[in-house]
Amino acid sequence: MTMNEFFQQLLNGLAVGGIYALVALGYTMVYGVLKLINFAHGDLFTMGAYFGFTLLVGCGLAGVLPPWMSIIAAMAVAMFLVAILGVILERAAYRPLRKANRLAAVVSALGASIMLQNAIMLIYGAKFYVYPEELRPSLVLDIFGVQTPIMRVIVIGVSTLLMVILYLFIHKTRMGTAIRAVAIDQGASRLMGINVDRVISLVFFLGAGLGGVAGVMVGMYYGQIDFTMGWNYGLKAFTAAILGGIGNIPGAMLGGLLLGVIEALGSAYLSMAWKDAIAFLVLILILIIRPTGLLGERVADKL
Amino acid sequence: MSRQNIFSLIYAQRGILLTFVIAALPLFLDRYWTDVFVSVGMYAMLALSLNVILGQAGIFHMGHAAFYAVGAYVTAILNTQMGIPVLWLIPVAGAAAALFALVVARPIIHLRGDYLLIVTIGIVEIVRIALINDIFGLTGGANGIFGISRPVLFGYRIKTALQFYYLVWGMVGLTVLCFWWLSHSRFGRALNCIKEDDVAAEGCGINVASLKLAAFVIGAFWAGMAGNLFAAKMTIISPGSFTFWESVIVFAVVILSGGSHTGVLLGTVLIVALPELFRDFADARMLVFGLAMMIMMVVRPQGLIPPMPRRYAHYLPKRRQASAKGDAA
Repeated sequence: MTMNEFFQQLLNGLAVGGIYALVALGYTMVYGVLKLINFAHGDLFTMGAYFGFTLLVGCGLAGVLPPWMSIIAAMAVAMFLVAILGVILERAAYRPLRKANRLAAVVSALGASIMLQNAIMLIYGAKFYVYPEELRPSLVLDIFGVQTPIMRVIVIGVSTLLMVILYLFIHKTRMGTAIRAVAIDQGASRLMGINVDRVISLVFFLGAGLGGVAGVMVGMYYGQIDFTMGWNYGLKAFTAAILGGIGNIPGAMLGGLLLGVIEALGSAYLSMAWKDAIAFLVLILILIIRPTGLLGERVADKL
Repeated sequence: MSRQNIFSLIYAQRGILLTFVIAALPLFLDRYWTDVFVSVGMYAMLALSLNVILGQAGIFHMGHAAFYAVGAYVTAILNTQMGIPVLWLIPVAGAAAALFALVVARPIIHLRGDYLLIVTIGIVEIVRIALINDIFGLTGGANGIFGISRPVLFGYRIKTALQFYYLVWGMVGLTVLCFWWLSHSRFGRALNCIKEDDVAAEGCGINVASLKLAAFVIGAFWAGMAGNLFAAKMTIISPGSFTFWESVIVFAVVILSGGSHTGVLLGTVLIVALPELFRDFADARMLVFGLAMMIMMVVRPQGLIPPMPRRYAHYLPKRRQASAKGDAA
């Protein structure tokens, strides 16, 4: 395999990794504040992909606006809708269980996941959908001699942009500080006058929103979506979150990108058929060797 | 009659009553529903075995389908390639699954709750992918293995749904007896202790890691035996039968049931058989299933029938038993 192909795979890995990272952020932020694996997050991501599809094709957004604007609009609206859905989910499925044991919340999350997945199936039918070909830019760039579809560059760019915005939001604003405080100690934050319930809602809003955008991007990148894809992406993204150290926001970004690259290179050099197993093997190895994840030691900077 | 005896009488009565209900049930069922209850029985065996790991030791284990798959595939391979009768393979399938559990669980047993949960999910996925990729050239890839022979018991070939019903539920009865005994043994009490507080358990001199591993191995052994019955019933097995989804169903049964053996049986009926009632609304039933899981956890997080609190009086010597009763009165 030539250097050229290596770089192609590397960029492919970064694009997929960017998507994993966006989904992983949702897991890691929720885990940071609630210590809960939000199993329904993968299905919120699928919801994003379907909302994007409906907006572009069903609502005819693509006909009204120029292609690039319609894509941005679809991403923004899908993001907002999924974010609202995330907040509703928290209210209905997790808030009543905040005092109960953790297992109850895990089962409720599983129930929510099953419900969402089947809701999508009932609404859209049990078949896959194809994003309109004419909307997906087919231009191939030549970056230092490496043939790169422009879609790859866009996905890497958008995910990086969103991650930077999130990072700044968490670290530079008052609301971000509140989120970090709640992640460290809920009781103390409440005493400091932070409205913990609102912060948790905010976390679900942000996390689900990022997942929704990631869904639209998967539709744009691969062109095909189906209602069961949430499980697979959700598990991979969760692996990414653990890889980087769960509860840690930069960790989720790093873990996502790393997992994407490992998977792309692994499937190119080792075996395509074992692609999905590679991610889980990485997960098991990292948990045995370094259970805190790559960036897990920065406990003070948790989330 | 002392209170103690009344309790054990109620226990025994409930057991006898349940046995009669289960034995008589096929009289009122047509072929389709008998089949449904055969699969309820198999899920019940799986759920009872997961209950040792999840319900009694409190280990978040969502990878039970992996052990089930190992049992089923070992049965299928040995039966189709070497012609060993299926029922002879029941202990072999169990032992293979237990060995597999020992190897996989050994390095991960020290992980905390959620981490362990996610690793066990990873194990199911790896096993499934390995089966699809025709590992060692034995598993037949995505098509699986077919032509597994029917079990033969005392010269009778078991092939109708009714015969399988009694075979499977006989095994379930055996399972309940074994696990009832296990949960009342020193081992079962130690597992409960680990579930409540593993640090305190360690402090009491319980070897937490090795007992957790033992719970895993026992649970996997039973899951492997359930896999054997599954292979015998289906005669065709493929990786599609051992997805993560199967693990979720069994996990949900154990949590919803609350952890007592009666609870697990009831929970299995509710989760596996009830959706069949709504076959007509085929598409919506999984949505309702998910919704029910959420509502159940919000309304009754401890599960349908949690185990009765342990009664310790009869562990004490006679003299102190009397004084303990005196205190209570």
